[in-house]
Amino acid sequence: MLSRREWIKEGLWSIPAFHYGLGTLLNRRISNEDDKVTSPPTRPFVVELPIPPVAQAIQKLDPAPDPAAHQRYSEFPPRVFYEIHQKEAKHSFHPDLPENLTWGFDGIFPGPTFHARYGEPIIARFYNDLPANHVGFGIPETSTHLHNAHTASESDGFPTDFFFSGQCKDNHYPNIYAGGDPREALGTLWYHDHRVDFTTQNVYKGLVGFYLLFDELDSGHEEDWNPGLGLPSGDFDVPLAFADKAFTPDGQVFFDAFNFDGILGDKFTVNGVIQPFFKVARRKYRFRLLDAGPSRFYQFFLSKDEPGKTSELFTLIANDGNLLPAPLAVQSVELGVANRMDVIIDFSNYKIGDQLFLENRLEQTSGRGPTGKIPIGDAILRFDVDRDAADHSRIPSKLRELPPINLSEVVTERRWVFERSQGAWAVNGKFFNVNEIRANPEQGTAEIWTLKNGGGGWSHPIHIHMEEFQILTRNGEPPAPHEVSRKDVVNLGPGDEVRIFIRFRDWVGRYPTHCHNTVHEDHAMMFRWDVTGRNGENPPSPRVFGTRILP
Amino acid sequence: MRRRALLVSGALASLASVILRGVGFGRESAPRTGPRAGYFPNAILRTHENKPVRFYDDLIKGKVVLINFMYTNCDGLCPRQTANLAAVQRALGDRVGRDIFMYSITLKPEEDTPKVLQEYAKSNGVKPGWLFLTGKPEDVEKLRRKLGFVDPDPTVDKDKSQHIGVVLYGNEALDRWAACPALTDPTEIVRYVLWMEPKNKQAAD
Repeated sequence: MLSRREWIKEGLWSIPAFHYGLGTLLNRRISNEDDKVTSPPTRPFVVELPIPPVAQAIQKLDPAPDPAAHQRYSEFPPRVFYEIHQKEAKHSFHPDLPENLTWGFDGIFPGPTFHARYGEPIIARFYNDLPANHVGFGIPETSTHLHNAHTASESDGFPTDFFFSGQCKDNHYPNIYAGGDPREALGTLWYHDHRVDFTTQNVYKGLVGFYLLFDELDSGHEEDWNPGLGLPSGDFDVPLAFADKAFTPDGQVFFDAFNFDGILGDKFTVNGVIQPFFKVARRKYRFRLLDAGPSRFYQFFLSKDEPGKTSELFTLIANDGNLLPAPLAVQSVELGVANRMDVIIDFSNYKIGDQLFLENRLEQTSGRGPTGKIPIGDAILRFDVDRDAADHSRIPSKLRELPPINLSEVVTERRWVFERSQGAWAVNGKFFNVNEIRANPEQGTAEIWTLKNGGGGWSHPIHIHMEEFQILTRNGEPPAPHEVSRKDVVNLGPGDEVRIFIRFRDWVGRYPTHCHNTVHEDHAMMFRWDVTGRNGENPPSPRVFGTRILP
Repeated sequence: MRRRALLVSGALASLASVILRGVGFGRESAPRTGPRAGYFPNAILRTHENKPVRFYDDLIKGKVVLINFMYTNCDGLCPRQTANLAAVQRALGDRVGRDIFMYSITLKPEEDTPKVLQEYAKSNGVKPGWLFLTGKPEDVEKLRRKLGFVDPDPTVDKDKSQHIGVVLYGNEALDRWAACPALTDPTEIVRYVLWMEPKNKQAAD
C-alpha cells in the first residue's frame, strides 16, 4: 500500500500533465484533459547517488592555444589544460526506465567536476562532438558558459559564440580574484551550454557540470585549519545538481518545445538519477546544491525518518557559490534556477540506521514560479546513516569577509524591468538582440542596478555574467541574512524590486544579463551589455578551431 | 492499493498513447512518417489563395518553417508583426517558397475567409511562399494549442486582442524547434531561421 507520503515521493501528486501521442506535456493545456498522463512510475531511493568524476588535466594541448585569442593571456598564462568532449551517450536515469541518449561533457550527465585553484590559470578546450544531423530536441551547436566565473568575454560562452559539431574552442579560465581582492573568491561554479534560443534544450539534454574553485581559505583540505577554514573536503564535499525531467510513457526524456512559459518535470533527478539514496557516515558533509533548471524553484528541508515529519537544522555556508561572512543555522534553503547553496549537514547528530530526506516543500505547478510552501513535499534524496568515520573538519565561526560596498565608486544607476510581453519575455520592453548594446559600463567603475519584476505573478531568477554583485535592498529593505552575500542570480518574486551594487573589473567585452528560467531566456528575456576599456580596448574575437574529421 | 492505482494509470496512459497514435488521424490517406507526424494535426486548412492544404503533410513535413498567429482586423500587435515578417520574407528572398516556408494562421477563422486573407496578404506585400491560413474553428484552435500559442491565464487566453506574438521557427526533418518574439529584429529572425539547417563547417558569427 502506498501511503500519501509515498504517493508524494513518487511525484505524482504535483502536476497534471497531458498526453499528445508523442509524449508528456505539462500543466498548461487546460482543454486537453483527455490527454492527461504522467511520467512512468519509478521506485524512489533504489539508485545510489552518483558523484561526477573529477576532470583530469592533460599535459598539453595540440595544437597549442593561441595567445592572441585571449585577453591578458601573458599575465595569466595557463598552467593546467583540459580537453572536454561534448558528446552523445547512453544514460540511465533510473532502472525502471529504459536508457536514454543524453548529451554530456565527456558524454556524462553531469559532466566531470573541475577542481580549480586560484593562481592556476586553465585552458579548457571544449570539443563539439555532438551528432551533426541530430533529430529531436537539442541543437548540436554549443557555447559553454562557466557560470559565475570572472572570465574574459571571449571565454564566457556568450550565447551567440556557439560553434558546430566537429569544431572546438578554448576557454581561458584565469582563476583570478575580481580586482585582485581575495574577498571576491568564488567557490561553487557550474558550466553549462548557453546557445542562444536553445539553452533550455541543450541543458535539458545534459550539458551541465560543476567547477569548484579553491584557494588558501577554502583550501579543499579539512585538516587545514590555518590558513584554511577546515571545511569538509574530499569524499565529504559533494556536489548535488538538481534537475526535474518529464518522460514519455515509453521512458524517454520528453521536452516540450512548444511552451514559452517554463517547463516542469514530475521526476526529480540528483546528479542525473531519479530520487537516489546516499550512504553517509556519522560526520560533517559539505553539499553544494545547484538548481540546474530549467524552470523550477526549490525550498529544501531536511526531514528525519520520513518526509514531512521534521525540519532538521543544518548550516548554510555559501550563497551562489560564494562563502558567507559567517555560517548560518537554517531549517531550509531556497534555490531559484542556477542558484547554488553550499550547506553543511552534520550526520554525527544521528544514529547508524537513521534515514533523512532532502525534501522540496515549495509547490510549483507551472513555469510561472512557486505557488507557496506545502507541509509535505517531494523527497528527492535520502541519506542513509550507515557508519562512523573520522572527521577533521570544522565549521568556523567566520568564513570569508565581504568586500566593502563603496557607493562613492558608483557612476551610473540603471533600471531593468523584466516583463512578459506578447507571450514572450522582454527587458525594459525590448527583446534580446545580440547587436544591441543596452549598457556600456566603463571598466573599473561601479553601478547600481535596479532589477524589477514587471508583474503578472511570474518569478524570474535574474543572472548577471562577469562579476558578482551585492544586494543593497530588496523591496526597500536590507537583504535577509542569507542574501548578505556576493551573488550572481537574484530571484525576483512577483512584484519584487532589488537594488544591487556591481563592479566591472579586469575584462572588457560583451556579456549578457538574462532570466535563468531558461525558457524565458530562450524567448528573449536577455540583453547584451559591454564593458568598455578606459582606453577603448576591444576584446579578441572568440576563436573557433577549424573543423576536425571525426572518426 | 495505491501501487495498483499507479499501474492502472500507467496502463491507461499507454492505452491513450496507442489510441492517439493508431486512430487519431486514421482517415487521412497520406503516409505520415516525419518525426512530428504523431504530434501535429493533419487538419485541412485553406490558404489565402483558397487552396486546401493538409497542415502536416503539405505544410510541415520535412520543411524549414516559420509559423505565427494573427487576424486581419487586429489593430494591436498584428500590423507590426506582419510588417516585420514581411521584412523577413524580403531578406530571405526567393528561398521563401523554395526551401523555407512562412505560415500565418488566423485566430478568427470565422471572419478571416480565404478572400479576406488574400486582401490582407496583398495589402501587406506578401510574396509567394508565405501562406495565410484559415480553417474550421475547432481545427485552428487545436493547432493553436499544439503549437503552444496559449496564455496560461484562461481569461487572457480567451481575449484575442492579447494573443501570443511569437513566431515559431523550426526544421521538421530534424525535429528542431524554437521560437522568438515576432517583433524581433528581422535580420535576427533571418539568422535564426538559417540556423535551422544543419551545418558543420560554418562559424556562428
